[in-house]
Amino acid sequence: MKILIVDDFSTMRRIIKNLLRDLGFSNADEADDGNTALPMLKSGKYDFLVTDWNMPGMSGLDLLKSVRADDNLKTLPVLMVTAEAKRDQIVAAAQAGVNGYVVKPFTAAVLKEKIEKIFERIQ
Amino acid sequence: MGSMSNNETDDQGFGDEVTEKLRIQATKLMEQVNAGDYAAAMTVINDLSEVRDQSLYREVGRLTRSLHEAIRNFQIDPRNAEQSEALSKMTDASDRLEYVVQMTSKAANRTMDLVEEAMPRASSMRDEAAELRDEWQRLRRREMKPAEFRALYARIDTFFVTLNADAAATYDNLSEILLAQDFQDLTGQVIQKVTALVKEVEDHLLSLVMMASHVDQLTGTVHVHAEQDDRKESAEQGVGPQIKADEREDVVSGQDDVDDLLSSLGF
Repeated sequence: MKILIVDDFSTMRRIIKNLLRDLGFSNADEADDGNTALPMLKSGKYDFLVTDWNMPGMSGLDLLKSVRADDNLKTLPVLMVTAEAKRDQIVAAAQAGVNGYVVKPFTAAVLKEKIEKIFERIQ
Repeated sequence: MGSMSNNETDDQGFGDEVTEKLRIQATKLMEQVNAGDYAAAMTVINDLSEVRDQSLYREVGRLTRSLHEAIRNFQIDPRNAEQSEALSKMTDASDRLEYVVQMTSKAANRTMDLVEEAMPRASSMRDEAAELRDEWQRLRRREMKPAEFRALYARIDTFFVTLNADAAATYDNLSEILLAQDFQDLTGQVIQKVTALVKEVEDHLLSLVMMASHVDQLTGTVHVHAEQDDRKESAEQGVGPQIKADEREDVVSGQDDVDDLLSSLGF
């Protein structure tokens, strides 16, 4: 299971990476925005994408849309972990095809629950 | 601005002297018109408009001076040492906030370093303790051969030594994590100072705007406002954390809200 974590803050990437390792996913790479993440996704054979929304360069929503528009990536499970808390935004993310949505600040238990739910649905 | 003017001290910018003159002249005018003395009435009207012009000039002069004062207080143009110091206070504000970002990021990374150091130690303590517990149960159930017991005996010996060292190291990690939180005191002070500065600038700006509108009111100046740039923050690009989320309808208040919303969408 290879995971890509996209967030512009290195501390947040590190927190998510640690939590994922606790959940048994130790193969995770990092990117700091959508522009860096997209080429990695296209060439890297990732199984799961965890992305922030608000980032300089390409936002998480645009990254999600690009992933869904790409024939090779469109089935990639995407979990959004973000401080964006407007109802409209959550609806927009859902319409763009997000698989899970976690609002910051979040707990390890919430992250675990959402990830498990995503993989349950896939299997 | 109407709600902001105070009628007791400020008759829409006209002084007591002026309003008093106005009242007296108006009464005089009424009397002369009633008496049919139109020539005298015309003179009074002349006097009246002179009073208006004079008070207007005086008022515009006063407001212009206050406006200059406010602009000077706003410390835009550093012409003396005091002003340039105040201006450096402004540039300093962004330095100070940058310092807050650095301090918080340093503390977060230091804390995570220590946690990452402590975690494998804690998990190996946990795993070894679990195995020893199972072996111990076997011993108590008398399922253990003498050779196995001797091995367990040695293992428990080592475990106590390691446990002591590991627990001490973990304790040190925890107390260092505690110390890494000392940034809050410093960043808190810095943020409070910057907040005070922003408030000060805001107050000066507000009195500036009020004075400018006052001058406009007295001179009858009407500004053609350029079309307001009401471009909103882009929800597409992301707007960051919401302040006072629990007071707002359009914002979720937590993960439970998100889950409810998503399940209502068929997730």
